Amino acid sequence: MGKLIVSLSPHAHGLDSVERNMRGVIIALLPALLVSFYYFGLGSVVVCLTSIASCMFFEWAITKYLLRRPTTLSDCSAMLTGLLLGMNLPSNFPIWMILIGSLVSIGVGKMTFGGLGCNIFNPALVGRCFLLVSFPAAMTSWPVSGQMDAYTDAVTGATPLSLMKTAIKTGNSHLLENLPSSIDMLLGNMSNGMGAGTMGEVCALALLLGLVYMLCRRIITWHIPVSIIATVLVFSGLLHLANPIYANPLQVILSGGLLLGAIFMATDYVTSPMTHRGQIIYGVAIGFLTVAIRNWGSYPEGMSFAILIMNAFTPLINFYVKPKRFGEKPAANR
Amino acid sequence: MKLHTFKIGGVHPEDNKLSSDVVAVEAALPKVAVFPLSQHIGAPAKPVVGKGDKVKVGTMIAEASGFVSAPIFSSVSGTVAKIDTVIDATGYQKPAIFINVEGDEWEDRIDRSETLETLANHPELTPEEIVARVKDAGVTGMGGAGFPTFIKLTPPPTAKAECVIINGVECEPYITADYRLMMEHPDEILVGLDLLMKAVRVEKGFIGIEENKPEAIRLLTEKTAHDPRVEVVPLKQKYPQGGEKQLVDAVMNRQVPAPPAIPVSVGAVVQNVGTAYAVYQAVMKRKPLFERYTTVTGKRLDHPANFIVRMGTPFGQLIEACGGLPDCDNKVLAGGPMMGKAVLNLDVPVCKGTNSVTVLSGADAHRQSAQPCIRCGKCVEACPMGLEPYLLATLSSLKDYDRLEKEEVTSCISCGSCQFTCPSHRPILDNILQGKGAVMGIIKARNAAKQTK
Repeated sequence: MGKLIVSLSPHAHGLDSVERNMRGVIIALLPALLVSFYYFGLGSVVVCLTSIASCMFFEWAITKYLLRRPTTLSDCSAMLTGLLLGMNLPSNFPIWMILIGSLVSIGVGKMTFGGLGCNIFNPALVGRCFLLVSFPAAMTSWPVSGQMDAYTDAVTGATPLSLMKTAIKTGNSHLLENLPSSIDMLLGNMSNGMGAGTMGEVCALALLLGLVYMLCRRIITWHIPVSIIATVLVFSGLLHLANPIYANPLQVILSGGLLLGAIFMATDYVTSPMTHRGQIIYGVAIGFLTVAIRNWGSYPEGMSFAILIMNAFTPLINFYVKPKRFGEKPAANR
Repeated sequence: MKLHTFKIGGVHPEDNKLSSDVVAVEAALPKVAVFPLSQHIGAPAKPVVGKGDKVKVGTMIAEASGFVSAPIFSSVSGTVAKIDTVIDATGYQKPAIFINVEGDEWEDRIDRSETLETLANHPELTPEEIVARVKDAGVTGMGGAGFPTFIKLTPPPTAKAECVIINGVECEPYITADYRLMMEHPDEILVGLDLLMKAVRVEKGFIGIEENKPEAIRLLTEKTAHDPRVEVVPLKQKYPQGGEKQLVDAVMNRQVPAPPAIPVSVGAVVQNVGTAYAVYQAVMKRKPLFERYTTVTGKRLDHPANFIVRMGTPFGQLIEACGGLPDCDNKVLAGGPMMGKAVLNLDVPVCKGTNSVTVLSGADAHRQSAQPCIRCGKCVEACPMGLEPYLLATLSSLKDYDRLEKEEVTSCISCGSCQFTCPSHRPILDNILQGKGAVMGIIKARNAAKQTK
């Protein structure tokens, strides 16, 4: 005869778990990962594996030797951070720099705050931005796709984003004619010797597949990705109409890290607002900041900075933006 | 068919209605029946019998004490053994009357025939008379909370009732007592609804039933086809639809504002199907409330069943009748897995509000260990009251009662959707209930202080 167990209600659980959600995001990233293997070959495999392995190692080492806590590797969050960091790097990125990036992501971005759930900024983006300001040359040289056995020796080229930036700076809208077509950008098919960008952002279609998967499995809701994409579409569309030196809004959305950020980075549970209302405010602000930084800032890409800036505002949004209370609205039928 | 539902939050627990097709049978009489004096919200009843007194089935053994209170009737015939304490489903020691069961002799005034009495044949039943009979029969809400029914039938003068909603939702997993009652006594429930409508002087009645009970929807729709005043409303399956406020929202598309507002503030009087049946029996058959439908269920029980149980019967006896507890760790609940209370021992008696004895066995009996909050916001999404459970839980732990009150902790209906949905298995509701209790105490003390000024 067993024991009689007593606890407060509820006694049932939906069987959701942290690990299930993290694993779900990793699965959703697989199409984009496979596409990057297809376009960048050896380099992308080396970069991704190094990044994942080092993030997991640092998480294990810090929990075991510094914090002296049970290891948290099994929740898959370190693996996800590693994967996201890898996908935010160019495929010719040297291993020793990746190790530094992983240490900053896990050590500074996550563990200094107390581990999973306590960090203010998205750890993978902390790592990425640290690398961007520390090694600007390595972080802005983009291999041309299709070099299967190349790693650090890969031939690089300008990305669509840098072309857009030059068009704005020089005021020459004809430069934009050299951009790949929207269809090519959707598939990741970069022609005329352009570098495609980071590994994760090459194929928009693969990222959108991941979005559909996460929405179906209710890992994330539509609020953040849709509000970001819609804001960018409207804002850059207005700019494009006003002045043709600003690129076509569809190409703006399909280029650079916008979709990767909107779907996988901005939706990070820990660093995004808790309520749907808050998530929409957050998404709209990220959209505006991204377009502003891309067009008028000194970097060609603004997605990661926009997300990090809004990460900092998340506690404020949570404080002021409340969900719609039951009975708050006057009754409909009266 | 368009399915209605409530508008904010909600979760989808596994159905597990194992005993849906098991016809209810009368449970055996217990050897000793135990009647806690506090089976309802409000003041405990006051005993009117003493040790050695003989009682019959239907004899009043404790009277209402105060306005919000209800009398208690013996469900057995025999001799009062003692007035002592018993641990009831809440886990507290409560005063109770113990009766040694001898034979089965009923009070003469109770009409034990099966004939259906309708309101048409009883013009003498004025609204006042109906309310009086309901009050005298000790009828309380049968869905679990146990609020004295007659109070709901006499709404405050500031509110005007527009309709009666019969709650046949039964959104708790496992429980099938209301479903069996609807299948076995639809006519009595409809007369009960008629009586309730007359009592609150309205001409509109709704019966809300979730889509997972198509047979009950079909049966009651058929039975009410000739009556334009009554409408069966099929509802989308979603927990906690059986919550009063959620049901009013689903059926009438009106949201009851934050406390102290109650459903009748927006015109609705909500009663459980079990209550409607009890009202029928109290008014038409002069049978006080001492018997009820109770589901005894669990995945590992030999044969889950539905019983017509005399109150005072210990849980252990009902579980034995279903094959006994499985040989592993078990959690025995008074109620379902979402809001039921885990009992401390199997001597806990069936009371007015015991709609189910649910046995969770093995791994189901245990909670998983909590992990850090990952701030996913799923609890906020699930909360049917539009609250922020993660925040309320944290504020409760910090004992920040001022802010807890500002964040409307008193609106929490304890449905447990937040904790059910939490990927980190955090004890969110445990924490909130602690904070809510403290805040309610503070509000009560503040109001008392205001009144003495």
